[in-house]
Amino acid sequence: MSKKERIEQAEHAKTKKAALGEDVEIEKYTTGTKNYDALNSLDEFPEEYKQNLLDAGIEPSGKERSGSFLQRDRSVVFSKVKYKGLELMSTTDAMAKYDWLEDYLWKAIPVDMDKYTAEVELAQSHGYFIKSEAGSKVTMPVQACLFITSDKVRQNVHNIIIAEENSELHIITGCSVYHAVNSALHLGISEFYVKKGAKITFTMIHNWGGGIEVRPRSAMVIEDDGVFISNFILMTPVKTLQMYPTAYCVGRNARATFQSIVYAHGDTKIDLGSRAQLQGEGSRAEIISRVIATDNAKVVARGDVIGEAANVKGHIECRGLMLSDNAEVDSIPELKATLKELDLSHEAAVGKIAEEEIQYLMARGLSEEEATSVIIRGFLNVNITGLPDALAKETKKMFDMSLEKVM
Amino acid sequence: MLEIKDLTVEVEGKEIIKDLNLNIERGAVHVLFGPNGCGKTTLLMTILGFPNYKVKKGSITFKGVDITDLPTNERVKLGMGMSFQHPPEIRGVKLGDMVNIARGRKEEKIDENVIELGKRVNISLDFLNRDVNLGFSGGEVKRSEILQMLAQSPEFVLLDEPDSGVDVENIELIGDIINELMDRNKMPSKRGRAGLIITHLGFILRYINADRAHVMLNGRIACTGMLDEVTKHVMEEGFERCVELCGEKGVCGE
Ligand SMILES: Nc1ncnc2c1ncn2[C@@H]1O[C@H](COP(=O)(O)OP(=O)(O)OP(=O)(O)O)[C@@H](O)[C@H]1O
Ligand SMILES: [Mg+2]
Repeated sequence: MSKKERIEQAEHAKTKKAALGEDVEIEKYTTGTKNYDALNSLDEFPEEYKQNLLDAGIEPSGKERSGSFLQRDRSVVFSKVKYKGLELMSTTDAMAKYDWLEDYLWKAIPVDMDKYTAEVELAQSHGYFIKSEAGSKVTMPVQACLFITSDKVRQNVHNIIIAEENSELHIITGCSVYHAVNSALHLGISEFYVKKGAKITFTMIHNWGGGIEVRPRSAMVIEDDGVFISNFILMTPVKTLQMYPTAYCVGRNARATFQSIVYAHGDTKIDLGSRAQLQGEGSRAEIISRVIATDNAKVVARGDVIGEAANVKGHIECRGLMLSDNAEVDSIPELKATLKELDLSHEAAVGKIAEEEIQYLMARGLSEEEATSVIIRGFLNVNITGLPDALAKETKKMFDMSLEKVM
Repeated sequence: MLEIKDLTVEVEGKEIIKDLNLNIERGAVHVLFGPNGCGKTTLLMTILGFPNYKVKKGSITFKGVDITDLPTNERVKLGMGMSFQHPPEIRGVKLGDMVNIARGRKEEKIDENVIELGKRVNISLDFLNRDVNLGFSGGEVKRSEILQMLAQSPEFVLLDEPDSGVDVENIELIGDIINELMDRNKMPSKRGRAGLIITHLGFILRYINADRAHVMLNGRIACTGMLDEVTKHVMEEGFERCVELCGEKGVCGE
């Protein structure tokens, strides 16, 4: 598709409402924000913002990271990779550098999917491009942060992530907002390409505030024996968030795992799903979500597995825990099979903390509050598998830290 | 050490325990027999102070403190512990975490100390890493409960059917640990701990030397006596007959 065609399609979809989630008035947010100069090192980033980076799992020193990318509002202020076999730059730079990148643009996600995809095409503000070379296996993660520091900003990023054949790529991505920002819009397109025998793990921490509207659009194309693992953590309030990342397991034995951990509080409204389309023979998907809803939070937790090839396997596990009578959780797992030689299943459960569990813990000496906190921790504690040890530990640490803040 | 006076307890609006009296001295171990549904578990839950078990009348005194209205964790602080007949599953909370909690260390890792304790009841590290009670077999539940008691080491131990579903080899092991938990290995004058054990099998009593036994019927202690006497009556002739044999006063063999 030529650039002209893309723009045409986007123009057509400019007012097309999304299938799910509250409609966002994009025009309320501005593209006319200040530009920021590039930094020589992440350390130069203003002190006042560093905690926001840490809260989103971003290490300002760049230690224990194979590369770092930082975008502030609509400007890319840092992008550097330390390891061979990895490439990291802004999508804009990558487009200018590589003609072939056209072949990956809007291939996993249609540009005219809804007004948000259209908006990103028409008024893109960078995003990151990450690629691992064929055969390279860097277990140390790349970190990428999309940070909002100005009020009313419209951040429209387009990320493209490619793991070439038999390579391994680990990414920590943090989306964060400065605490003084009252309202902003984050639109993020992420297209992942997992080539034959490759593996991508994507650990994403969202660290928003009560005035932020968030509409990510993500999709993954996974080839033969490819593996994609997503870990999503959201513990801060957000005004509205709607996303439904979709994994296309097109190759034989392709595998996709989505794990989402959500602690929804305040007036947060979230519509969060994960979908896997199992098109390759023997491909597999697992969708796990843990949702806690308290205060006035409203959460829709979706899961959808579509089995279209022989011997595929899919499982959805949605668990919700209600801590307030004013909160709401809708758990909507869906399965669709078009063949007989396959195995799709789901479990869903929503409830409050069982009195019996609290009493059991109190019988071991805990106070009621301590017992509640142990149960909540346990509830959210899904075993993260498939990450390199150091990254798994790090993720656990980030999880503990975000939980510490809300409890 | 534990003194229960005229205790009447309601569960979900239904009277389960009626005018019950029970005294357990420091250093003593008592056994509680009784048919299914007579109120044994209810009594233990009430002693530990679970909110569903409403004390309508009477009082419970522990170590001289009236604990009738104390929350469960305060009673535990005073030195009580209980192994459950049917403990709940808690997702994401490992058995090893429970052991740490019972030891009074909330945030700790499953370390050498925990592993050592596990070994004593044939529980491996893999098992310590499992979510507590989730998919545990009947016998595993009992060993896990005993492990938690071992970690907590309470002065007064309530054991609700610690032997049900436990195989012959493990029953001896559990018996040994219960003896240790209740200071049965010490000279009578040196025994600081006490306990109350519910059992149906009596099998465990081959390994534990208890002092006295009670038979509970319809929410009351129907008869009481020396362990051997009561056990013999109950096992050979049944609960009702035991009460008859013990006579009007409900005291056997004394
Ligand atoms: N939450 C509850 N709601 C209604 N009835 C209850 C409740 N808990 C206990 N009961 C009833 O109280 C009675 C005594 O129960 P309890 O568990 O104390 O019996 P038990 O003597 O321990 O029996 P078992 O030997 O079978 O363990 C039973 O009839 C039981 O059904
Ligand atoms: Mg019972």
